Amino acid sequence: MSNPLKDMDKPDTIFAIGTNMTECHPVAATGLKKALKKGAKLVVADPRKTRLAELAHLHLPIRVGSDVALLLAMAHVIVSEDLIDGQFINERTEGFEQFQSHLAEFTPEWASKICEVPAEDIRTAALWYSQAERGAIYYTLGITEHICGVDNVQSLCNLALLTGNLGKEGTGINPMRGQNNIQGAGDCGAVPANYPGFQPVEDPQFHEKFKNAYNQPELDLGQSMTKVTALNLAGDGIHAMLIDGENTVVTDPDRNHCQRALESLDHLVVIDIFLTETAQLADVVLPASAWGETDGVQANTERRVQRLRAAVTPHGDSKPDWWIISQIARELGVTGFDYQSAKDVFNELCSLSPIYAGLNWDNIGDGNYQWPVPEEGHPGTPILHEDEFKDAKPGLFKIIGYRDPAEVIDEKYPVWLTTGRRLQAYHTRTQTGRASGIDYLLSEETLEVHPEDAKQWELQDGGFVRMASRRGEVILKVETTTRSPRGTVFTSFSFAETNINVLTGSGYDPITQTAELKVCPVSLTPA
Amino acid sequence: MINEPNSTFASGPSIKIDGETIFFSEGETIYEVAKRLQKNIPTLCYDERLEAFGGCRLCVVSVEGIRNPVASCTTKATDGMVVQTAPPEIEKMRRTLLELVSSENRDTQPNPLSGFASQELSALVNKYGARNGRFQGAKSGTSNFKDANPFILRDYEQCISCYRCVRVCAEQEGDYAISVANRGFKTQITTEFDHDLRDSDCTFCGQCVQTCPTGALADKKALRSAELPEEIKKTRTVCPYCAVGCSIDLMTKGNKIVGAQPAMKGPANKGALCIKGQFTFDFIQHEDRLKKPLIKQADGTFKEVEWDEALKAAAKGFARAKAKYGRHSVYGIASGRAPHEAAYTMQKFIRAGFGTHHIDNCSRA
Repeated sequence: MSNPLKDMDKPDTIFAIGTNMTECHPVAATGLKKALKKGAKLVVADPRKTRLAELAHLHLPIRVGSDVALLLAMAHVIVSEDLIDGQFINERTEGFEQFQSHLAEFTPEWASKICEVPAEDIRTAALWYSQAERGAIYYTLGITEHICGVDNVQSLCNLALLTGNLGKEGTGINPMRGQNNIQGAGDCGAVPANYPGFQPVEDPQFHEKFKNAYNQPELDLGQSMTKVTALNLAGDGIHAMLIDGENTVVTDPDRNHCQRALESLDHLVVIDIFLTETAQLADVVLPASAWGETDGVQANTERRVQRLRAAVTPHGDSKPDWWIISQIARELGVTGFDYQSAKDVFNELCSLSPIYAGLNWDNIGDGNYQWPVPEEGHPGTPILHEDEFKDAKPGLFKIIGYRDPAEVIDEKYPVWLTTGRRLQAYHTRTQTGRASGIDYLLSEETLEVHPEDAKQWELQDGGFVRMASRRGEVILKVETTTRSPRGTVFTSFSFAETNINVLTGSGYDPITQTAELKVCPVSLTPA
Repeated sequence: MINEPNSTFASGPSIKIDGETIFFSEGETIYEVAKRLQKNIPTLCYDERLEAFGGCRLCVVSVEGIRNPVASCTTKATDGMVVQTAPPEIEKMRRTLLELVSSENRDTQPNPLSGFASQELSALVNKYGARNGRFQGAKSGTSNFKDANPFILRDYEQCISCYRCVRVCAEQEGDYAISVANRGFKTQITTEFDHDLRDSDCTFCGQCVQTCPTGALADKKALRSAELPEEIKKTRTVCPYCAVGCSIDLMTKGNKIVGAQPAMKGPANKGALCIKGQFTFDFIQHEDRLKKPLIKQADGTFKEVEWDEALKAAAKGFARAKAKYGRHSVYGIASGRAPHEAAYTMQKFIRAGFGTHHIDNCSRA
């Protein structure tokens, strides 16, 4: 997030797109509800009538995967109505003229046909956001899990740059990250393209730095590889994998492909707290100590670095992940893994990561710091981009065009499926599914179908549906509801029994290789 | 919270509280200013996250020039005000109020596992010696034990009509799942059409439980461990689910986690939690937890082994892949759920061990 969570009750216009916040980030959503009580306007773009959409002053139930068209048209309105922040554009951006001429043809009327919402509503959304004193954008995976995820994010950035809604309290571009430490995994360099602290692996300066720090003269300059590519190459270039705490075969798109990939490895080691569907495929399974048993650090969606503390001793013979990984490294004769504690590991991270340079195990105890913290004594950075953008470069308008999703509905697969999460379940339920009481509220997965669609496909509320895509099929219980619009059905990926990711996996964003989990054409027949 | 008396504002309007002069800022209530002076004014309907309500009258103070005591939580400080927080007549009034309030409730000491604020009434009753049954008679509130939800106990006979539950649900959560029906002795906290919580707008965030000052609303899951003999210990940590990063206090008895309470000063959540942070901590005690390393046998089954054997087997497979297919044949997937130390050592294992950037995490799915 460019802005802190405590800013969430401060905007006077909120534009929430692709975020089911009341279910996925309920505590953050309370901030937005407070802003509404103070009189803020809420625009929600989401195919479904989520709880957030019910609270909205304007709900744009756009067709799944049509976000870029909506955002281009909003930019068109803002520019043609001259609601831009000219001073901000002059002082802090680049490429406005080119962007302006690019926008000319993308009228609300044009977008209306793609997004399947009235042009007038698109115009209203643009006016409200651009006329706000403090306009803030919030988004989640509804924006990123598309073949055009990067385009979607950059289109949102364009809107913020046009209106100067950046670098100030109650504004910004605010992705709500999904997992407790997904921000931290990136911060720590557990991504192919960056060393810890987002230092690019392609940069010779950092290559040299880590060659020395890690005592590895062979270290590649660049040559990063994403997980998606690695799974595609399994058995054909990639032959051994170490997976820590991820239920890959249930969470990832195209389950059958994933399972085949992991099975074709010579050697698979999984570290986890349960024998997950993924761990069952492993040659060696190593038991990790869990949350509540492990000291450590995690970073939240607003870049706040916080301490995790052990309250009880590890279950059975389980051990902290860092200990397990270090022991494997030592068995292999790799040097630099003589850590005695989580503190040792974290302090080494801080010593190598410029954004953590002012942090150490002892000064983060109260969670007071949001990175970057470039040196000790620095107060941290709750709001990004206040005076300048990263590396003092101007904010660049990106020229983006609309593309259809990887697969679109046709005669054989005439219904859009979109997937997501539910309040009472977390991801694949390895944890919430094992917490007592949750079954009382959510014991099984259903497919949300509009009542008219149910009629069309001859489905009964409470009956079963066979849902098929180009990759496979699943059988699910039907729940008729007007939460889903006509022509679009919804379900979550939480229940391994009804693994929806057998169907998904139609395409990937070409830059991030994020899967298009939010769009999948399907057919529905009674089961 | 600011603890240094007199230090917050160096000038401006001031009031005198129990003989001490203190500056304040426009809009502060007497209660808020007194709190900065570490004055322990008793309250029951007050939760600093909520709009002041002025319902319980325990926070009354005497103000020079005003004949009747005023509620300090709703009265704004004004320049030159002279306040006494605990003169004998006010203390006597508080005691009578507490006797009235407690006369309605069963004379019990709620278990501290009930909720964060559950000890507030009993602590005041003890402090003021107000448990003498002077006001026997009608009682309000009918408990709803038939609501079979596994999370929230609804023992309204212990309710004192402070409305904190209703207000936290409306003001903090914006859910408006519960409301007040009737008045006087017929007062009842209820849901729409008196349904079970499951059939209301309740999201089971547990905020009503945590703000209840009597244990009328209580944490059913935590109370399952009420009989365990050990003292409750609290450990401050962060919720393991989404990336909001809510601070929570894990409650343990011995080596068992028995419940969770929100950290009121948590920088990301300021006392708020959702159903997952509040009620789903117990997965770590589930019987499915892995206790020992496992190695897959030729027949596809797993065999439990000691660490030494498992680590050697794990390492050997990587060494063999590297020898046979080269250092680019190994890949690592880190977790977005495990702490920094896991992610950091994973990427270092790949970069230092194999010299590649064959490392990723679960953020692409």
